[in-house]
This record gives sequence, structure tokens and C-alpha cells, in this order.
Amino acid sequence: MPRLSALDMPDVPKAQLPPHLEQQRTRVSCKSDAPLHTEGIQYSGAYASMGVDNSLRLDSFSKNFRVEVVRLTEDEIEFDMIGIDASLANAFRRILIAELPTMAIEKVLIANNTSVVQDEVLAQRLGLIPIEADPRLFEYVSENDTAHEKNTIVFKLDVRCKKDDGRIKAKSSELKWLPGGSELQMASTNSNPSTNPNAKPKTYTSFNCRQDSLPEFSHKPLRPKYGDITIAVLGAGQAIDLEVHAVKGVGRTHAKWSPVATAWYRMLPEVVLTQEVEDGKAEELVSKCPVNVFDIEDIGEGRKKAVVARPRACTLCRECIREKHWEECVDLRRVRDHFIFTIESTGALPPEVLFTEAVKILEQKCERIIAELS
Amino acid sequence: MAVPDEDDTSKRIPSPVSMKSLAAPVKSAVDKYQLLPEFLKVRGLVKQHLDSFNYFINCEIKKIIHAKDNERIVSDINPKIYLKFLDIYVESPSVEEDHIREPLIPQRCRLSDTTYAAPVKVDIEYTRGNPIQTEIKKGHVIANMPIMLRSRRCVLYGMDDDELARLGECPLDPGGYFIVKGTEKVLMIQEQLSKNRIIIDTDKKGRVSASVTSSTHERKSKTVIVMEKERIYLQLNQFTKLIPIMVIMKAMGMESDQEVVQMVGRDPRYSGLLLPSIQECASERIYTQYQALEFLEKKVVKSRFTNQKVHQGDFYPKCIYVGVMLRRMLEAILNADTIDDKDYVGNKRLELSGQLISLLFEDLFKTMSSAAKKSIDEALTKASRSSSMDISLHLKKDWITHGLERAISTGNWDVKRFKMNRKGMTQVVSRLSFIAALGHMTRIQPQFEKSRKVSGPRALQPSQWGMLCPCDTPEGEACGLVKNLALMTHVTTDEEESPLITLCYSLGVEDMSLLSAEELHSVNSYLVMFNGLILGKHRLPQRFANGMRKLRRAGKIGEFVSVFVNEKQRCVYLASDGGRVCRPLVIADKGVSRIKEHHMKELRDGARVFDDFLREGLIEYLDVNEENNALIALYEGEADSKTTHIEIEPFTILGVCAGLIPYPHHNQSPRNTYQLCRMDTLLYLLVYPQRPLLTTKSIELVGYDKLGAGQNATVAVMSYSGYDIEDAIVMNKSSLDRGFGRCIVMKKVSAVKQAYDRIIMPKMSSGKGGLDSHMQILDTDGIASPGEIVRPLDILINKQSATVSRDQLISHKVLPDSAYKFTPVKHKGTEGETTVVDRVALFTDKDQNMVIKFMIRHTRRPEVGDKFSSRHGQKGVCGTIVQQEDFPFSERGICPDLIMNPHGFPSRMTIGKMIELLGGKAGVSCGRFHYGSAFGEPSGHADRVEVIRYHRVSSPSVYIHGTYLLPKAKTYGLRLGEMERDCLIAYGASMLIFERLMISSDPFKAQVCRKCGLLGYYHHSLKTGFCSMCKSGENVSTMKLPYACKLLFQELQAMNIVPRLQLTEH
Ligand code: SF4
Repeated sequence: MPRLSALDMPDVPKAQLPPHLEQQRTRVSCKSDAPLHTEGIQYSGAYASMGVDNSLRLDSFSKNFRVEVVRLTEDEIEFDMIGIDASLANAFRRILIAELPTMAIEKVLIANNTSVVQDEVLAQRLGLIPIEADPRLFEYVSENDTAHEKNTIVFKLDVRCKKDDGRIKAKSSELKWLPGGSELQMASTNSNPSTNPNAKPKTYTSFNCRQDSLPEFSHKPLRPKYGDITIAVLGAGQAIDLEVHAVKGVGRTHAKWSPVATAWYRMLPEVVLTQEVEDGKAEELVSKCPVNVFDIEDIGEGRKKAVVARPRACTLCRECIREKHWEECVDLRRVRDHFIFTIESTGALPPEVLFTEAVKILEQKCERIIAELS
Repeated sequence: MAVPDEDDTSKRIPSPVSMKSLAAPVKSAVDKYQLLPEFLKVRGLVKQHLDSFNYFINCEIKKIIHAKDNERIVSDINPKIYLKFLDIYVESPSVEEDHIREPLIPQRCRLSDTTYAAPVKVDIEYTRGNPIQTEIKKGHVIANMPIMLRSRRCVLYGMDDDELARLGECPLDPGGYFIVKGTEKVLMIQEQLSKNRIIIDTDKKGRVSASVTSSTHERKSKTVIVMEKERIYLQLNQFTKLIPIMVIMKAMGMESDQEVVQMVGRDPRYSGLLLPSIQECASERIYTQYQALEFLEKKVVKSRFTNQKVHQGDFYPKCIYVGVMLRRMLEAILNADTIDDKDYVGNKRLELSGQLISLLFEDLFKTMSSAAKKSIDEALTKASRSSSMDISLHLKKDWITHGLERAISTGNWDVKRFKMNRKGMTQVVSRLSFIAALGHMTRIQPQFEKSRKVSGPRALQPSQWGMLCPCDTPEGEACGLVKNLALMTHVTTDEEESPLITLCYSLGVEDMSLLSAEELHSVNSYLVMFNGLILGKHRLPQRFANGMRKLRRAGKIGEFVSVFVNEKQRCVYLASDGGRVCRPLVIADKGVSRIKEHHMKELRDGARVFDDFLREGLIEYLDVNEENNALIALYEGEADSKTTHIEIEPFTILGVCAGLIPYPHHNQSPRNTYQLCRMDTLLYLLVYPQRPLLTTKSIELVGYDKLGAGQNATVAVMSYSGYDIEDAIVMNKSSLDRGFGRCIVMKKVSAVKQAYDRIIMPKMSSGKGGLDSHMQILDTDGIASPGEIVRPLDILINKQSATVSRDQLISHKVLPDSAYKFTPVKHKGTEGETTVVDRVALFTDKDQNMVIKFMIRHTRRPEVGDKFSSRHGQKGVCGTIVQQEDFPFSERGICPDLIMNPHGFPSRMTIGKMIELLGGKAGVSCGRFHYGSAFGEPSGHADRVEVIRYHRVSSPSVYIHGTYLLPKAKTYGLRLGEMERDCLIAYGASMLIFERLMISSDPFKAQVCRKCGLLGYYHHSLKTGFCSMCKSGENVSTMKLPYACKLLFQELQAMNIVPRLQLTEH
């Protein structure tokens, strides 16, 4: 390149970034050794000298922000979130994992357990069973609350393996909902039985009414989401008889309350061929990629060239640029503000509801901060 | 060393090329892996212990009672009264309760703290009554002997899995240990120097010596021939001083010097070396046997040495033996290469449980006999002779019973006869994990003290290949001394000698006693030694050896007999004694494996077992010595026409524990070693044990995959927060919530209810309407019930003891409550731990007291500070626990269970771990278990074992004028471990040098002249420093230097080099 005096250089057009800076601003590029420009540029005046305003404005955000659902099944959703900063996308992920409440088994009252599974282990296993109950209909139990129909769900498990049954599995479907609350009587330790002989025997819950009489639950009984989870294997003559109390909680306290199996996002990959890749090289490139990002296109005269057909599938394994010189032809990039978000629900709430709930929580948090600031 | 096959010299050996084509149709590598499980099926993992114990109870014990000294007990008072042992046999374990014998099962012994022992019965012939008549009594019990689990006499012998499970035994448990007083004890394998073998060595003073430790049933002695000041002497315990060798020879009837020289060999160099000794003898004026004996008389008893058997005072064999010893020694003087290596595995014998027990048993048996004799004599002198005395009643069984029980439970082996006093022979079987227990049974204890600072025995011996595991040794002081058997090692037991000796003679060995000294060493003949005994010579040693081997392969002689032609020593060594290590190898004829594909197919189809391979001569056992005559190919493909044997599987050079590490050949060797010591971390009882994704063949062989003791974790290798330095790991809290790494710790609490104790129901304190808060877990019988949560200080047994004396108790009156004192058993635990009563067991002990045992269980989830380890010696503590949302996640949303710092890899060089990570991931992705056996895949460096020095850093120090490096260890430094190194780094190089070379070494105050830079001196009259160059004391400063540094300056000055010091003020 001939040496050029800075004064002789052409003027940079105002209000528009030169392409390499624009790419730096909106893309993360991945080289064979490490990714480049991973940090987003936050400062609003970063490009002020070029007349470019880098600040985030609400109107432009609301104009540009889009959510596109790609896939939605009963317990999984994949959607694109476009035009948002990584910090916000991450906030949603964190809220989904740790702050969205669900109902999970917290107390296990064991009346009898002769199985080989130890009591503590059994309780831990029960805790992890997802329960199909809308947590929004329940309240948190605070320390000195009694268990009542608004904050506790009671199930009972009573399996026994008869002498000649061989081995049986206690499955989660055998957890039976007790809408009337606990059936186990408290040992009459503190109350003096003589004073009130007619009173109902005290149990571990004090329900005011049966849960199935409430309109929310009357048509849809509460139960574990999946019936085929093995709780314990019982040998001949062994039995488990217990009662469990599920309460509301959040994933930060214990992973059992996390409503998602996991929630994660990835940035949209962008694969660009900076040079024409033709013929033999094209075929080589196609065979390199394990997820078939590239395709071959005929350009007539028996010649072929490689095209990027499915950039979204790219896992950034960097297999295609591992060998020398390939880096010059293939440019791997990530779109900085385009997130492919995946939520796998454990079943308490449908995945799309989970996300809206997460948004609500973030909203509440913001409101709290605003309230505190003003 | 390849042995040319003499028998086949008639047929022309085809050229290597055509050999190849011959071998071609045979698939170059028959997969012999299947042989291994078969081998282990017949042998088990602890067969060496079982074999030796079985040998003891079946044969050895009989030999002991039939030994000349043991067979009869004859009264001194009346020699007509005697007792003769006719037979002895060990029954299967049983216990006598109220005079009823009932069979004993091991689980019961463990629970009730009793010994798993079986009665030993004898058939005796004895005299009784007056007039004396002989009687025969059968089945007299003389002892209760602890029985090894799974041995022939054990009730578990030959049971299948279901039966075992019914008796409360784990089917995978290998057995091989004893249960004494409720604890499981394993007798460690002891390493010994060979008995009855000539060993040439240099002693502490640098003298060349030849020594033989002779050992028979009666006595043990050590004979040493040393060379001192060019003269050769004999050293023997019976003599106070060194005896000139020629005197000994003369005393044994070899009066002519010429004969002695002939005996040693006619090489003039030998006679040259012998000359000073001959002269010394002559100067003492000893010429005849009589004179020699007289000379010896002064020094002590008549000589009796070396293990050559003496027939009616014929000392000729002994002379030859001494001659051979001399010859070997002189050769060693002339040629230092021929000095024996004490650490050579072929010179080692392993003592197993059977041998050790038999030593002890014989000793105790003798004690019992002499005690019986004493009491018979006493009875004879005292009592009226007329009373018909039953002398069989004088055999007290307590001697042997208690002696054995005490020795096994304390581990102290005291055999007075042999002045043997060894400690720490037994160890409690470590039950932390299945592998720890297995590893325990294959461990070999060294003969030396552990603290001995020697490097020789610690180093890896090339002869260890395939016999002893190269990786499995502890760190620290026992490093390299404590070893482990490799997977296929077999330890031999004794074999009957006499038929073998007869066989040797009929194969053309010329009897030694018929040969003159001259003939013995004739050029074209080899000496034939059998178990250290000189049998004679043979003119065609190779042919003889091949003949013996053929017989062995045909199964005509024992499969463990070894034949070894030592060309250097011109000897053929035959060995059938016990304690040799050997291993099976595939026989190859000129490089072609005898095992063909169809053999393996038959094996797979079950039409053939391992023993068939042995019987048909496809496989044979070689011991370390015989391996020297073989050329063993690692893989079939590598075999050429000289190859005589082929390894079955290369990874069998590793032991049981080392085999568990995947890809060990990719790791720095100490890392593998570390791993083996680390099997015990946090492995009490995992709640969710898993099968390793990456298994090795050894894992499958030992059944480790059935008894998982670990979990597969998703690992991210990255640095994360500041809590992961120094191998700490960061754990995912959600993973822990979901049950990762949970384990159960069991504790045992036991209490005895004495006769005057009582256990009562917890009392309702009526007033408050409830129980004492610490009594809540008690059942109505006053004992805590299983499943209850125990808090610290909770009462487990509501026990009361009588305060009144014993006499009152005996009166059977019901004592009033006031006579009882409250003595509860409380739970001692730390606050905050949730512990649960897991099991309660009640039983009676041997004093008929009730014993209550509680198993208290505590489920732990990993906490900060808990230690975790991978299979590559990469241990680390948990540094911090982090919420899942703070954890990194992958492109596919995978969140790791734990994070390791990448800094753990470069310095540890555990490439194997990296490969394991990859292999594990591949396994997950395709849903299969993968193999990571050592040498499993062809890799460039898999077939090479480098001789490593186990990590102990040596730093010999030199004494120069009071300089020394480390104050304590003088010749060998202590290991500077990783932690110590970190300390030193933190301390700083300059500080370190200052401290090591100055403060803890030799600080010296020197006077230095600032002007000329030379050293001055302290002028005492002027009371200042003085420079002798400048002739003034003005510019002299005092400074501290190491004395060695000052010395260096002065020495340099003496060489006309002027070192000048320039001082600056600070
Ligand atoms: S990075 Fe990997 S997945 Fe992406 S295009 Fe290249 S080879 Fe394909």
C-alpha cells in the first residue's frame, strides 16, 4: 500500500461508521485461536468523532426489538430475541433459572420406609420430582406460617411390595394428591388431650377447605408432571409409606425449585465466505463442517462453488478454519444483538409462560429500583 | 537371551522371510484378551493368599507334625510313656456353645467380634494306665485356628452368588483375609531375600562377600565368606571371630591345598587370589584335619554350615559347596559385573500367609508339646502312679489358639526359634472402597526398615516387569519398598523335591559325590543346582533344560518348576521352592504363537478353560530367572524367529489398582502412583455411584464396574473466580442439589450391657407431659430405634448400672430403683450434622453379655473444603460452590458440574486425563462405554517403560570445613514436595539462598577492607578489624559471609587470583 499522508486521506463520511468499525460494533468475530472484539461498546459517545451516536434509545429499541418464535413444544421453546443487549438477555436467563418460583416437595413425613433407599436420599429424590401446579396460585410459606390450602400441596405415597411380587418400582405416578391436607396425625405432645376430646385430631396441616373445592383446582387435579420417574425400587416385603408437602420456592434456594431444566442462549452465527471457494476446495469445505453449514452450488460450465446455506446451525467448532489459509476464506462471526434463546421447562408452567413471567419479574425489579431511587 | 533349540538342529531353520509367509495365514494378532478373564476365573484376584493357606492346611501342617522333633512327646521320667501324633486335620469353622458345635459364618464373626476359626484336630496314639497300654484317640482338638475367608476350609468355599448373599457376604469380595475378634485382618505379603542361594555382594566396608542363608525346618543360619586384606575368611554365628577359609576346608577333610584349588577352578588367577589364604593357614601350622578341628575347637562349636545335606559326616558335598561359593566370589573380585543384584526380583522370595502362619504354628506347636511334656512329667512325679493317667488331656489347646489369634490381631510375629521378631505383619483390611481392599491383598511389605535411606531397593527393577506393578507404590518413606503384585502374577508354593531330584539324575545329571574336584569344573559341563543344592553336573545343559521344560509343558512335573540356564555362571538352576513370583506367557515356536484362533474360539464357546491351555503346552508359567532364558515379544506382530514367548496382554504388567486409571501411559508416571494412594478420598458410600464412562479392561476384570465408586462429572477446564487456585475446584450448587457427590458416612457405636446393668423404658416425666428432649429417639425398650434422627447428646441407650456390689447382685433379689445409677450411652456428634440411626444390632459376646451396636449414618453433601479426585492423581479441594446461573454454559446449554483450573495440567503432565475427558465426551455423545486400557491402542511409546527413580530427591552433601546443606539427612535429602516448593517460592529466592547458605549453614564474620577489597582480620589488641594489605584498620568493615565463600576467596588468592569485594552502604 503506498504511503499516504493523513491529510490526503478521503474524509470519513459523517453519521456512518466505516465497515470494519461497523462490523466490530455489531459482530463478534471468531478466529481460529480466539474470538475477537467480544466486548460490546457501551459508551454512547464512542463514535462521536464520526458523528455516530452510540447511545441506546428507547424508541429505536422498541422499533428494532423483535421476538421470533422458532419452535414451541410442550416443554421447550426456542425463539430469537433480536435487538437487545447481552446483559438483558442474560438477566432473563438468570431469572428463569433462579428466581422464578415453582412448587416442589420440601417436607417429607416418613411413616415407614423399609426400602434400601435411606430416608434422606429418598427425601432428596422426592424433592426433585417436578409438580404440575401453577405456582402463581400459591403463596410462599414464611417461617411461622402454618401450612394451609393456599401454600401447601400434600401428596401421599404408599407402596408396598408383597412377598411374591419380586421387585417393583415405586414411580412418581403413585404420589396421590391429598386435597384435604395431611392425613398423618401429630403426636399429641403439647396439646392436652383431656381438655378438648371432640376436637379433630391435629394433623401436620391446617386446611380451611379442601383444595379440590377451590375453582382453580377443581377441574385439574394436582399431580407430578411425569408419572414415570422411579423413586425407589422395592424388594419383596419392603414398603414405603410417607406423606410429602410441596411448597413454593425459588431455584436460588435449591435447584428443585428451578422451573427450567436449563435456559440458555447463543448468539446468531454468521458465516461469511470472504473469497470465492470453488471446485475441490468447495468440496473440502463442505466435508469439513460436521453440521453441514455449507452447500455446493453449480455455477455452470461444470464448476462448483461453496455457499453458506445454514449458518444458524454453526456451533462455532471452528473446524472449518483450523487449517492454515482457511481463515482467509471463511469468516465466522456472531451477531452481537441477536440471541437464540432456548428454554426447557420442567413442566410446572409451559415454556412460553415462563418467559413472560421472567419478564414480569424483571419489570418488578426495575420498578422497585425506580421506586427506591425516587 | 535366546536359546538355540538344540533338539531341532537337524531340521534347517527356514529363513526369516519364509517364516513370515508361514506365519501369514495365522492372523497376526490373535486376540488373547479372553484368556485374562479365564485366568482370573480359575485364579481369583487373591489366589496367592488362598493357595498358600490351602497348602498350609492341607500339606504343610501335616509335615510339621510328622517332623522328627515334633512327632512324639516322650516323658523324661518314664520313657515308656509317650504320645505320638498320627494325623492332623483342620475342620471347617465352627463355634462351641454350651458344648454344642455349630458352624460359624463370617458375617456373624464380624458382628459379634469373634474370631472366624476352625478346630484343628489330631489323631494321637498314646499310652495310658498301669500297666501301660497304648490307645488311639481320634479327633482330639488341639487348637482353634483362624481360617482365611474363601479358602478350602471356609464355609464360603465354592458357593455361588446367591448362597453368598444369603450369608450376608458380598459376592465380589475376594476373600483372602482373616477375621480375628471381629476385625478383618490381612497378612501382608513379605518380601525376603532368597533362602539357600549364594548371593555375592559387597558389604558396608566394600569387601566382596558371598553369603548363604540356610533355612530348614529346624534352624536358620547365615554363612558368609568375606575377603579381608586379600585373605578369605568365613563368618558364622557359631564362631566368635572370622575363620580362615583354608582352616575350614582342612577341618572338613580337604587337607591338600591342591584339592582346594582344583575345587575352586584351575584358572591361575583364582589360585593367585587364594595364595594369601593358603599362606596364612600354613603360617598357623595347620596341616591336617585334626589340627584344623583343634583350632576351631578354641573358637567354638563344630562347624555346621550351608544347606548341603550331610550324610553321615561326609563333608564332601559341603566342600564342593564352599568351593562353588569361593569360585563365585573370586570371579566377582575379578569381574565386578558378576556381583549379584540384591534387588533383582529373581533373588527375592515372597512369604505369603500360609508360610507365615506355618512358621508360627510350628513354633506354637512346639511350645504346646513342651508344655504338655512338662505337665506330664509333673503329674508323673506327683501323683500316685496307679491312677490311670490320660496324657492326651495334657495337650492344651489354648497355646496355639491364643498364640495365633494374638499374632494375627497385633501383627507381631515372634518366633523364638529363629529369633524372629517382626512387627506390623497384619493390617486391617481397608474397606474404604472395593479397590482399596483388593489393593491391600496384593501389597508386598519390604524386608527393610522403611526409614532406610537407600535408593537401590526403591528403584524400579527391570526384572519387575510383569511381576510387580511399576506404578503402585506409596509416596513418602515407603516409596518403592512397598510394592504390589501385577495382575497375572502367581506366587508359588513349595513342591515335593525328591521326585524332581531323581528325575534330574535320570536325565543325565552326574552325581556330585562321584566327581572329583577337577571334574566338577571341567570346561564343557555345567553345574546343576536344585533349589540351591548342588546336584552335580551335566555335559549338555541346554538339552537338559529343554528336556525339563518339555516335561513341564507336558504336565509331567509341576507347572511352576523353573529351569534357568545361567551361561555366565555355567550353572543350570532348577527351582521348585515356594515364594517365587511367576506369570503365564504364551509359548511361541520360532516366533509363531502356539495359540491359534481356533483355540480362542473354543475358549469363547466355553469348550476350553485356562487349564487346558496349560495342559496342552500352549501357555506356561515363567519365573523371573527363567525369563532370562526367554525372548518375550510384547505383541504377536513383533515376534521374530528368536522369540520364544509372547505376552498375553501387555497391560497385565500393571497391578489391580493401576489398571483402573485410563490411559496411564499418557501420564507422568508419579501421577499414576499418586492416584493409587488416593483411592480413599471421600469414598465412603456414594449415594449415586456410577460406572465410569471410560473403562479399562482391568476394571471389568476385577468387577469394579459393578461396584462403582465414583461419578462421571461434566467438567469445564477454565479459570473461574479466585477460589480455584492450587487445584481447588469450583462446584455447581445446583448439581449438588441434584445429588452430585453425595455420600453416606457410617459410624459404629457399640456398648456392652454388663450383668449388673439394666436397660429401661424411657420414663414419662408425668408433670410436663413429655419426654426429656434427649430421650425422644428411644423406643419402648430403651434403645434408640433405627431411622431416628440423632442430635448430639441424644441418648442412644437408656442404661442404668447398679451401684451395689457384686455380692448383693448374686443374691437374685430385685434391686430397688435407688440402687441404680443412670449411665446412658450418648451420641457424640458435632452440631449441625444430621445423623440417623441406620441399624441396631443386638447380640451376646463371648462373656454372655449383651452387646448393642449402632450404625449411625450421616449423609453428606459436598461442602467447601471437601476433597475430590480424578483418576489421575489430580486431587483438589472444593474451593467454592457457585450458583448454576453464575456458571458458564456451552453453545448447547450444557452447564458443568465442576470447574477445574487449567493450571493443573501443564505441571502435572496428565495428558491421560485430557484424553479421558475427550473419551468420556465421545462416550456420552455416542452412548457407549469406551476403553482406555494402558497400551490399548497402538501408540508410539506404549511399549517402553523408563526406569524411574521414585520421587525422592537426593542431595548428597559434601563436608567442607563445616559446611552442610541440610541439617538432618546427611546423604539423602528429603523430598521437596510441591507444597514445600510453593513455600520456597513465596519466601523468595534471595531470602532462601540467604537462609539456606548462611543462617542455617555456616555464617562467618569477616573483616573486609573497603579500600582494597580484600579480607582482613580482627586485631585483638587494637580491637578493630585490620587489613594486612593496607596495613591499617581504618577502612575495615565487618560483614557476614558463608564460611565456604571466605574459604573460596582465600583459595583463589593462593592461586594468584585476587577476588575483591566492593561494599556499598545500604
Ligand atoms: S465453525 Fe464449525 S460448525 Fe461453524 S461453519 Fe465452521 S465447521 Fe461448521
